[in-house]
Amino acid sequence: MTHFRKLLVALLAAPALAIAAGEDVTLDRAPINEHDLISLQRGAQVFVNYCLNCHGAGYMRYNRLEELGLTTQQIRDNLIFTGAKVGDLMKIAMDAKDAKEWFGTPPPDLSVIARARASPAGSGADWLYTYLRGFYRDPTRHTGWNNTVYREVGMPHVLWQLQGEQVLKTEERALPGGRKEKAQKLALEKPGTMTPLEYDKLVADLVNFLVYMGEPAKRSRIELGIYVLIFLGVMWVLAYLLKKEYWKDVH
Amino acid sequence: MAVAEKQPVTGAGPFNGLLTWVDQRFPLVQLWREHLAEYYAPKNFNFWYYFGSLALLVLVLQIVTGILLTMHYKPDAAQAFASVEYIMRDVPGGWLIRYMHSTGASAFFIVVYLHMFRGLMYGSYRKPRELIWIFGMLIYLSLMAEAFFGYLLPWGQMSYWGAQVIVNLFDAIPLIGPDLALWIRGDYVVSDATLNRFFSFHVIAIPLVLLGLVAAHIMALHEVGSNNPDGVEIKKNLDPKTGHPVDGIPFHPYYTVKDTLGAVVFLIVFCVIMFFMPEFGGYFLEYNNYIPADPLKTPPHIAPVWYFTPYYSILRATTENFMWVLAAGLIAYSAMVIAAVKINAVRIAVVVIAALLLVGFFTLDPKVWGVVLMGAAVLIFFGLPWLDQSPVRSIRYKGWLVKGALALFVVAFFILGYLGTQTVTEGRTLMAQVCTLIYFVFFLLMPWYTRMDKTRPEPARVTWQGAH
Repeated sequence: MTHFRKLLVALLAAPALAIAAGEDVTLDRAPINEHDLISLQRGAQVFVNYCLNCHGAGYMRYNRLEELGLTTQQIRDNLIFTGAKVGDLMKIAMDAKDAKEWFGTPPPDLSVIARARASPAGSGADWLYTYLRGFYRDPTRHTGWNNTVYREVGMPHVLWQLQGEQVLKTEERALPGGRKEKAQKLALEKPGTMTPLEYDKLVADLVNFLVYMGEPAKRSRIELGIYVLIFLGVMWVLAYLLKKEYWKDVH
Repeated sequence: MAVAEKQPVTGAGPFNGLLTWVDQRFPLVQLWREHLAEYYAPKNFNFWYYFGSLALLVLVLQIVTGILLTMHYKPDAAQAFASVEYIMRDVPGGWLIRYMHSTGASAFFIVVYLHMFRGLMYGSYRKPRELIWIFGMLIYLSLMAEAFFGYLLPWGQMSYWGAQVIVNLFDAIPLIGPDLALWIRGDYVVSDATLNRFFSFHVIAIPLVLLGLVAAHIMALHEVGSNNPDGVEIKKNLDPKTGHPVDGIPFHPYYTVKDTLGAVVFLIVFCVIMFFMPEFGGYFLEYNNYIPADPLKTPPHIAPVWYFTPYYSILRATTENFMWVLAAGLIAYSAMVIAAVKINAVRIAVVVIAALLLVGFFTLDPKVWGVVLMGAAVLIFFGLPWLDQSPVRSIRYKGWLVKGALALFVVAFFILGYLGTQTVTEGRTLMAQVCTLIYFVFFLLMPWYTRMDKTRPEPARVTWQGAH
């Protein structure tokens, strides 16, 4: 019997050995802290200023941002540029048909983009963080921009004044054993108004906000989860003692 | 029967009067006795015997959360995706109910697969429990339908394209296929019409069937009594004084308290997943499903949810080359059956069926046979009570041949499941084909290897080390 079990366990582990190689793009780890309210507030500010013109966040309400430590008045004064009420959804006025004509495809709603972009290669945050830092000049594209993560993306580089203009350079690297490898590398050609470090921080804040917006209930979920597990722990003790007491007389 | 003929209920304190009133008009006491207080279950149930009651728990959980979700969900192609996000954000506690339901769906399959594996190990399908097994398999089929219909409702990309792929399978059926697929969809592509009917099936039609089957499953079980890890009949050893099985204990209170403990442990695992990793790495909630359904954009990689992937692998494994393997297997198997049976009419029938299948293998599209094999992979479970010819029920007394076959089957099932989540490569298809063969050989050769197997004698009574 024990031999049988060992064999079973060993055989069950076999599929794990068959796991295939990952994606072709390596994603940078997004340096975000979901508890950093300042970062989230700044991300919200960047979002409404740069994204919320073409992209909507049609499942998210403005006044939910109170969770980020903002007052209703602050939201009204600083984050709403349209006639929207503070309880409204973060929708945009752009017509989807026009958008399709201008960009080739309507810009997606960003409410849950951080959840949609997750993959075995990395979290949605990692994808967005790499993507937003991966734009480079490409004269063959109608927007003049291309992206290392999302090839031939329809979106132009909206944050280019901040980041500056990158180009994609191909380098040849010598590998041990005399072989050569071609590696593509982004290089900043024209600096923007921000240093690369400042720009990375700005993108991280924006990504942090997008992650928050993907699941605003996440904080309450984890908080409630801890209480529920404590409760179940107590229940387990009681259920265990009850079972033990009853089963005493089973011979 | 006159009202006064039944004995008054005692032992319920202030409720004696009320319960007597009910009992004289409804078989309350009888039901209580037959199914709980005097249902004698073997005392040697182990870990594997928790999953039946857990399946019932998850069923209730799914129904209750489902009712609550239906209050806010909109089965409309233009509103479905948004209404799920509305539940996740604006409905108080909506996220909790939704995660319970989505985690519950996967939990249901985990629990049911373990419950089925228990049956496989201890021979719970053997005479006289064939009907319990058949009802159970019908529950499993309904559950698959329930999950399939429900998966379309969030109206994400994976919902949409998953449904598209599965409905298109019916397209492969000769003659009626295209019309059948059209009839199922209610449109030429998966659309609002499809969403509406899938919603209807998911919230009422299939749950009704499920509940009826669960009732039948439990009634059949309580008619013949539970099997146990030793596979010996406890009813053969009755206490001469009481007339109850000596190795049996009343379900209530012994197994109600034990299953309560099991339920708490299950809920701890369930809640860890639900509260801290509700997506479960993209397996319980697929990442792609956070993109709203778009009929014009086919995702590069479509994979069903994990609990369907073993069958999806079998479907994909059935390529043109594989038909030769199937044909060779069919000829060999027909020869074995003909050699084994003595009745000439059966022999002729086998030859005719095999000849027809062989013609079909090379005239119809392999895709058709993929669908047939996928269906057969599920349906073949129904045959287990008759395929298993071992003199003993439980794996504990079976020999290495059967143990090895079961282990191999489980490994093949896991590998098929894993491959179903992956994209197709040549190597993976080959692996899926090997595993598909193992899957079917496990069942088809069972009448032979269970007879050849060296078994040990079953004990006269269950093995039991006393209370832990």
